Amino acid sequence: MSDDQTTQIREAIQSAISENPVILFMKGSPDQPMCGFSARTVAILQHVGTPFAAVNILPDPRIRQELSALSNWPTIPQLFIDGEFVGGCDIVTEMYESGELQRALGVEDGGADQPAPEPAAQEPAPLTIENRL
Amino acid sequence: MAATDAPATPEELKQRIEAGIPGATADVTGDGHHFNAVVSAPAFHGLSRIAQHRLVYDVFGAEVGDRIHALSIQTKAKAAERENSA
Repeated sequence: MSDDQTTQIREAIQSAISENPVILFMKGSPDQPMCGFSARTVAILQHVGTPFAAVNILPDPRIRQELSALSNWPTIPQLFIDGEFVGGCDIVTEMYESGELQRALGVEDGGADQPAPEPAAQEPAPLTIENRL
Repeated sequence: MAATDAPATPEELKQRIEAGIPGATADVTGDGHHFNAVVSAPAFHGLSRIAQHRLVYDVFGAEVGDRIHALSIQTKAKAAERENSA
């Protein structure tokens, strides 16, 4: 039974990745990121101005488990463009600063060599409580 | 050195990265939970950024996200200094 659910989660992740040209797996939502790394990645994508889908991995630990098995990447967030794993917060930040991200997204607005935007100055997310129980 | 339940330290991460990736040099900062590692290694040469970061994550396996709560990585390829040795 729970194997079936795990398979369902894996298949849902795979179709989400293939159906959304730009998709971010993150902790929390773009409006309410629950981790600084997710917040920073969302801020970059919003600054670049590309529409993106977002999946909150927190509600079920199996989402992260299956996602990481699929991408062979241990941390969150994870960005996929056109079905391809692009990287996490560090790589997205580097790509933004070099202009690679804008090129990968087909947005050529001369954002190269700008420092990455900080997350919007809102209340920082309260302590991130990991699903470790 | 085997992983323990003791809090991770920047020094431990530095040593493990340098032991785990041949020729690597690592600068690690952190507070016991969140770490930042700047790693250069000849092994990174010709690899994509993703593959470079994976080499670093692979040193720690399942500890990343758990005992090592968060690990930021910047990688730089460095020229192999002793290509003919070993």
